[in-house]
Order: sequence, then structure tokens, then C-alpha cells
Amino acid sequence: MRQTQAKSSRPLSPHLEIYKPIPTMVASIMHRITGAALYFGMFLFSWWLFAAATDAAYFDWVNGLFGSLLGRVVLLGFTWALVHHMLGGVKHLVQDTGRAMEKHFTTKMARLHFAVSIVLTILIWIAAYAAR
Amino acid sequence: MSMRTPLGKVRGLGSAKEGTEHFWRQRLTAVANIPLVIIGLWLVISLVGAPYSEVRATLASPLVAIFIALFSISVLYHMHLGMQVVIEDYVHGELRKVLLIMLNTFFVFFSGALVAFAVFKLAFGG
Ligand code: HEM
Repeated sequence: MRQTQAKSSRPLSPHLEIYKPIPTMVASIMHRITGAALYFGMFLFSWWLFAAATDAAYFDWVNGLFGSLLGRVVLLGFTWALVHHMLGGVKHLVQDTGRAMEKHFTTKMARLHFAVSIVLTILIWIAAYAAR
Repeated sequence: MSMRTPLGKVRGLGSAKEGTEHFWRQRLTAVANIPLVIIGLWLVISLVGAPYSEVRATLASPLVAIFIALFSISVLYHMHLGMQVVIEDYVHGELRKVLLIMLNTFFVFFSGALVAFAVFKLAFGG
């Protein structure tokens, strides 16, 4: 009896949810989430290549799926995840060398990271629409 | 006082027996991914909405085929390393963890097989 009580009153380490999300923390979590999303996104790319190697009818069918409204929404998300993850990856590589670690600077960089990733995604889609 | 043997220290491989290899390969493939992803985006943009014959002709050209092979090797390797860390961080049951780590490898190889088939067939299949 006593043992159970001692166990239940032990302090727990704080859970992540008790912290107010701050930009650097959100950017870090997003790097992981976008990495996981790209993992499945790469499968879409493999599938598309496979379709191109199969025949015209199958390719057109897969292209039709990707070009549908839902397909476009997924591909838009894929594009953003790719841009966000790539920018985050470059940040990782710079920080691996011990640079760019000052806290006010990293907060600014995290905010900029989101803004730039959205702008680049829009530019990529404008380029894609303009190409046809 | 360290309990490690001098030989163990020199080898620097630690308990996982691979030292910093995983970390290093994640960085190596990340660096490779930067130009590969940029070129890949450009390639896809140039093919969006193109007719089948044009897509096939482009994908069959030697430089594009070689590019797709390099892109896929680097990205598949990178995502395999990355997903393994995610699994190790969040899945605590030993059996589930090992099974998911296996599944990660199977998934990556399956995606790679689709790409390999496509690249070979497009480039050599005529
Ligand atoms: C389609 C392409 C890509 C896929 C599928 C992908 C996938 C992933 C995955 C699943 C992770 C694990 C996430 C984590 O550990 O939190 C990861 C981590 C990472 N990615 Fe990527 N990635 C891609 C492109 C890139 C690019 C272009 C860069 C380059 C700059 C990059 C840099 C990194 C770095 C540095 C990490 C390690 C993060 C850490 O140690 O926490 N990735 N990636």
C-alpha cells in the first residue's frame, strides 16, 4: 500500500504540451513532420514514373488522379513540405557547424522560414502553371 | 575513470557499433539532395500537363535517366535513415519497433524497385 503511494507521488517530467509553442520549436517539429510527409510523397513520384513506363492509358489515368482537385491539394502540400524541409535542412547543416545558434536570431529565422517556404511554394506553382 | 578499453576508444564505434555513420550519411544525403531536389522540381515543372509521348521521350533521354537514378538513390537512402530515427524515437515496444524498422526498409526498397523498373524500361525499352 505504502509503496504504491510513494510511486504515484513521484514527480513527472513535464510533457511537451505544457509549453507555449514558440517559433523555433514549431519549425523543428515541422521539419520532422515534413520529412515524414515527403517519405510518402516520394512514393507518389515513384508511382508516376512507373506509370510513365507502363503505357499511355495508365499514365493518363494516374495523371488524371494527380490533376484532380484532391490530387492538386496533395501535390501543393507536397511542394510546401519539400520547400520547408529543404530550407530546414540547410539550417540544420549550417547549425551542425556551430553557427547561427543565438536565440533571438533563431526565432527570427524560424519566422522567416515559414514565410519564405510559402512564397517559394507559390512561385513554384506559378512556374508550373505558366509552363503550360 | 573510463571503463572503456583503449581499443574501443580508438575505434569510436560505441554500443551501436556504427559510430556516427548514421548521422554522417543523413548529412551526406541531405547535401546531395539540395541540387537533386532543385533539378527534380525543374524537371517536373517542365513535364506538368505534357502529352504522354513527350513525357516518355524526356524521361528516356540519357541525362534525365541518369539524373532520376541519382535523385532516387539519394532521396530513398535519406528517407530510410530519417524514418528509422523517427521510429526509434517514438516506438518503444521492442517487437513493434523492430517490425516497423523492417517495414521501413521494405517500403523504401519497394519504391526503389518501381523507380528502377521505370528508369530501365524507359531508357532501354525503346
Ligand atoms: C524528397 C526529399 C526528402 C525526403 C523524402 C526527406 C525525408 C526526411 C526524413 C523522413 C527525415 C527524418 C525526420 C527527422 O529525423 O526528424 C529527414 C531528416 C533530415 N532531412 Fe530530409 N528529406 C528530403 C529532402 C531533404 C533535403 C533536400 C535536405 C537538405 C538540405 C534534407 C535535410 C535533412 C536533415 C539535415 C535531416 C536530419 C534532421 C535531424 O537530424 O533532426 N532533407 N528527411
